[in-house]
Parts: sequence; C-alpha cells; structure tokens
Amino acid sequence: MSGAMKISLVEYGAGNLPSVERALARQGIETERAATPDAVAAASVLVLPGVGHFGQLMRTLSSRSLLAPIREAISSGVPMLGICLGLQALFASSAEAPDDTGLDIIPGTVAALPVTAKLPHMGWNQLRQVRPSALLEGIPAGAYFYFAHSYAALDAGESTVATCEHGVEFVAALERENLFAVQFHPEKSGDVGARVLANFVAYAGARRSA
Amino acid sequence: MTLARRIIPCLDTDGERVVKGVQFFNLRDAGDPAALAARYNREGADELVVLDIAASRDHRPTFLNTIRRVAAELAIPLTAGGGVANVDEGRAILRSGADKLTVNTAALRRPELLTELSAEFGAQAVVLAIDAKRVGKSWEAFVRGGRESSGRDALEWAIEGTERGAGEILLTSMDRDGTRSGFDLELTATVSERMTVPVIASGGADTPATFLDVFTQGKADAALAASIFHDSVQGLGELKCFLDSQGVPVRLSG
Repeated sequence: MSGAMKISLVEYGAGNLPSVERALARQGIETERAATPDAVAAASVLVLPGVGHFGQLMRTLSSRSLLAPIREAISSGVPMLGICLGLQALFASSAEAPDDTGLDIIPGTVAALPVTAKLPHMGWNQLRQVRPSALLEGIPAGAYFYFAHSYAALDAGESTVATCEHGVEFVAALERENLFAVQFHPEKSGDVGARVLANFVAYAGARRSA
Repeated sequence: MTLARRIIPCLDTDGERVVKGVQFFNLRDAGDPAALAARYNREGADELVVLDIAASRDHRPTFLNTIRRVAAELAIPLTAGGGVANVDEGRAILRSGADKLTVNTAALRRPELLTELSAEFGAQAVVLAIDAKRVGKSWEAFVRGGRESSGRDALEWAIEGTERGAGEILLTSMDRDGTRSGFDLELTATVSERMTVPVIASGGADTPATFLDVFTQGKADAALAASIFHDSVQGLGELKCFLDSQGVPVRLSG
C-alpha cells in the first residue's frame, strides 16, 4: 500500500466521534467517517467510538447493516480500536440491554458495575497492566485515564491487557491480534491518552507496510 | 487504583467572553474562553465546565461557537450548559463538542427533562446543576441564575434528579459563590453522602486548604472554581501537589 494512512471512524451517531477526530488530527492523522457498509468494508484502519446505550448502539449498527462488515474487517486483519461502548460492543451481550446481541467477537458479557461505588464511574482512574501491550507501550505505571461508564466487561480472558477497579475489577484495555479496545476515553485522557492513540496508529502503520 | 478527586475550572460566559461575578451578580470580563481553556488543559485541569450565564435564545449560536472553540483546545472532558430546556438544545451542545451538559432551571420547572436527556444521551452526559442557598436549617434550590427560589429543598431535588436520570450533581453554594471563604462543607457533605452519583462542589474556593476540606470533610468527588484560577491566585499544579501531599488521590501527570 502507499499514501498516507487514513483512519475510518464508524459513524452511527456516537457523541464522542468529533473528539476522536480532533485527537487524531492533533497527531497529523487523516480521518474519514464510515457510515455505510461499503465505507466500512473499504477501510484500512477502523475506530469504533462509543458513548451511550449498548442496545441503541447494536440496533443502530444492525439497521445500518454495519455488523457484518465490522466483523469481516476484524477477521481479515484490519487494525481496529474500540473506545468505551466500542469495547463493550465486542462482547456477546450486555446487562444494559439483555435482549440485544453484541458483535460476539470476544467471548463473555458486559455487566453492571456494582452500586457499592458511586455510578457512573466518572473521572480519572489508574490501570493495572496484566501483560505486555502494544497499546500501552511507554505509558508510565500509575498513569490516570478518563472513564465515564456504568457497565463494564469483567473478563476478556487472554485478551485482557489492563484492568481498572471501581467497586469491582474490570477490563480497561484488551488486545487480540489486530483488535484493540479500551474502556477509558483516550481522546479525553490528556498526554497519556494521546500516547495510546499514537501507539494504535503506529501499530496500524507497521501492519500496512508489513 | 483509586478514582482521582477532580479539579475543575469553570468558565462562566456571556456567550463569547468569560465573566465573573460575586454571589452571581456584578459581572466583569475575565478573558477569552478558548485561551483560558488551552491554559487549563496544559496546567493539568481534570475537566472543564463552560456555562452560558446569559442563556438567552439570542446568545445561543454565539455560545455554541464558544463550545466549539473551547473543545478544540482540550484533551480533557468538557461540560457545557446554560438554558438547556429540551433534548434538541442538549444535542446542539453535545454536537458542538461538549461531553456532558448541565441543566438547571428547566429541569426544576419540568423534571421529566432529566429522564428525556438521560434516555437520549446516557446518564454520564447529564449533569444536574443545583444553585443552593441556605434558608434556615436547610438549603433551597434557586433558579434563573440565582434570581428566585424554586421553593424546592436542594437535597430532595438532588435525590429526585438522580432518580430521574442525572449522572452527576454540580452543587453550587450561592452563599459562598465568589466570596473566597471556603466551600460550604455542610451543604456538600449533606448532599454527597446521600448521592449515588458523583458530586461536584462549587462556590467559595480559595486556598489549597479549602480544597482539602471539601474533599475530606465535604466528601466531594470533584471541586470547581473560577476566579482563583482565572486570576492566577491559585495554580492548578501547586494545588494538586498540595492535595497529593495530604493524601488526596489526584492526577498529577499530564
């Protein structure tokens, strides 16, 4: 492949899409919005942003026929980063909307965070890295990332690279081959968030030229 | 792993300029919102709040443009509000670049607004702003920028508001606002202890010790201030270092 890398952001009405665009633009990365099955299928790098309700997200992706091209892109090796609800969408289902099915790419379900802590889990929290990670390369121990959610995946098996805790330990970041996802908002997490995005961009760039 | 206590600078705007008053009145110019936003983003603010205190319909396009200009400067979350009375106005604010929106007067007039906003954007995007003024042994929620009492008890309203879908409470002590006499610890603790959602304390910020007090005795999840930051009376970095030295979990790295 040749030419500058362009990242396609799956457009389904997610509130944080402009913030992700701005955060990538600060790194000199060109982005485009992918709102149709063809646009998702043509993407060389994908980001699935997300803020809001699991059921609403899955129904919107389904009604726009975006589920199949997203699954196909991931299985064919296209680098993809899911953010917040974009992480939760990778699982089979969520307690937030028990009747809706997720992308079911990562086994397991998304649970409600326990009410023993104040909800939403809103603000800056630290990660516990559980294995080496391309996404978290160069992130200092104890760094804070911005979270805003009431549901979380409690287990992603071997894919888990970092956890966080708010009433319960949950998956903060996961990686599986070309698939990456974070429960926090890198686009809102200052310098360390920018580094996470840069790490994803670097992985995607290396993959393209490989 | 601990959730950090947040320090939140607030920009009160008249649409396009930052203004600051004492106990909600006597407004004076305090600078360009985008320039202040860039400074606070750099200095380690955990979040930024931008309020349109004029909140008139004529000002709305100007305010949305201010949100866009401010959001462009930030790599941290942005909350914006002022006069939001329906889902469409909320959407306009979020689409302009805010992550959360505040509602105040309109929610007191029509509490269902909180449910509608929460269903549309998620509870994490809905901040219920309460302007509380002491009346006897309790506090009343005031509306219209502190001009009149709603007649509602502030604590009861906070509880109802979260039940209806607010994901966070921005609790301002009108008695302390702009006075630099310390946060109202009794008000903050009274509300925070009863809340299942985070509480942002506002009004009365002064020395680093006043922030320490509001996190320890006031049990606040976040503290908001305006003039002490705008006037560089208090640096964000020093404030957070002080809190860290006193055992309050804060985010020190950029």
